[in-house]
Amino acid sequence: MSTPAAAAAASFDAKAHAEHMAKVMELDVRPEWQATVIAHLVATAAAARLATSFPLDDHVEPATVFEP
Amino acid sequence: MSDAAHLRPAHEIAAAVKARRLSARAVTESAIAHIEATDGRLGAFTGRTFPRALAEADRVDAEVAKGASLPLAGVPYSVKNLFDVEGVVTRAGSKINRDNPPAEQDAYLVRRMRAAGAVLLGAVNMGEYAYDFTGENAHDGASLNPHDPTRMSGGSSGGSGTSVAAGMVAVSLGSDTNGSIRVPSSFCGLFGLKPTFGRLSRGHTFPFCASLDHLGPLARSARDLAVLLDALQGEDAGDPAQVRRPAIDATAEIGKGAAGLRIAVADGYFRRQAMPEAFAAVDAVAKALSVSRTVTVSEAHRARASAYVITTAESSAFHLQRLRLRPADFDPDVRDRLLSGAMVPAAWVIAAQRFRAWFREAMREVFREVDVILAPATPFHALPSGTKTVTLDGVEMPARPNIGIFTQPISFIGLPVVAVPVWLPGAKLPIGVQIIAPAWREDLALRVAWQLERAGAVSAPIAKTREAV
Repeated sequence: MSTPAAAAAASFDAKAHAEHMAKVMELDVRPEWQATVIAHLVATAAAARLATSFPLDDHVEPATVFEP
Repeated sequence: MSDAAHLRPAHEIAAAVKARRLSARAVTESAIAHIEATDGRLGAFTGRTFPRALAEADRVDAEVAKGASLPLAGVPYSVKNLFDVEGVVTRAGSKINRDNPPAEQDAYLVRRMRAAGAVLLGAVNMGEYAYDFTGENAHDGASLNPHDPTRMSGGSSGGSGTSVAAGMVAVSLGSDTNGSIRVPSSFCGLFGLKPTFGRLSRGHTFPFCASLDHLGPLARSARDLAVLLDALQGEDAGDPAQVRRPAIDATAEIGKGAAGLRIAVADGYFRRQAMPEAFAAVDAVAKALSVSRTVTVSEAHRARASAYVITTAESSAFHLQRLRLRPADFDPDVRDRLLSGAMVPAAWVIAAQRFRAWFREAMREVFREVDVILAPATPFHALPSGTKTVTLDGVEMPARPNIGIFTQPISFIGLPVVAVPVWLPGAKLPIGVQIIAPAWREDLALRVAWQLERAGAVSAPIAKTREAV
């Protein structure tokens, strides 16, 4: 738990986040679905930490596609 | 049945029909009989189009009689049910989409198939909204593995894998966002091509994750993949992500084989978290190619993680209204993933998309040193249907998302891949190996696949199904 990523993992309250975001996104997460939704959110947060913790040059742009 | 016309590779069927040694109608009637005899137990088809097939076959025979040269003359095929087929509701594996009206026109690639003389037998089963690696579907039932119907076909193009491996059709069109062509190719023992991102139009198909969606064919021969790729290329304004590139002539190139190519086996990430058969298959292919070189794909784990984040967030945003209005009508396994994806902070997704740009450059550097990379397609043989968890390197993990751990980092940056089927000594199930090439060089991967097929190192035999007629 010494790295910033590990600290973030420990502090991420997936249940609280899910409850808040369900309201923000107007989603009906029924009680019997909540445990699985939270488990997926924990997995996604772990994956996201790998992306957000990687140092990138400021000029690396997102790889999305748009041609005006 | 072993001599039945429709059981031959697609290129042989087309050659026979073009030479008028065989009629497209005879091939089609044979395929229809096979589907009626075997599909009840395997669950491949969700929308049969037999009247259309017979009409298309008669048109092909008439055009051939007038001298037309059609590269896929009389070839029976299926499409994953996310392709629009005129007059058929595009289910995309869902219950919700069944309320939509039938498609008013064919998907762009279906139009290309028709123009090339292929004959459409119907739309096939898939994991709901393509968010799947198993071939299981809560609404339509599972598409089963013809080599062992107690096991998964692999997803999400499961019906494509089932229909081709069972011999119901010669080829199928599927989609691949994180592995959905390569996984069923591995589990069902087929050749599968995921072309370069942007190579083939996705016009008039139902999306999963637009940043990562690809379309491509599954077949029982590498040459068939080349013929199909040549037939499917074409510019279509209906796909804003299609990249305007000169078409390649894969059929002309494939005969060159692997001569002169610098081939290496991926180590590191691609030699961990798998059952022994995954590595044995790669080693068997490497041996057949006399390859001993290895190459390290740095940050593959981060590429996989980033693809995971983009997929869940983007697909959830796409389905947001359906999640709000009809959450109970989703397949539960898919719904819960989509609900969680709708809660992903934007910065996570942007970071993943920025890493995607970095990883593309890193892989370009790797391809300065090698021309082709070999890696496992799946971490194991087809799993028993209903498997929920797997244990890899001593760690128990959910089966469903981890079937694609080796495919996901590669499609993340759109590299072309041919999955080839390996039958290890004594094995009752196949397993796939990925042949990975630089962007826009499908021809290199196909050349290697064709050499392996000619040497007998890889093969896609039709499954011996119990009800085969």
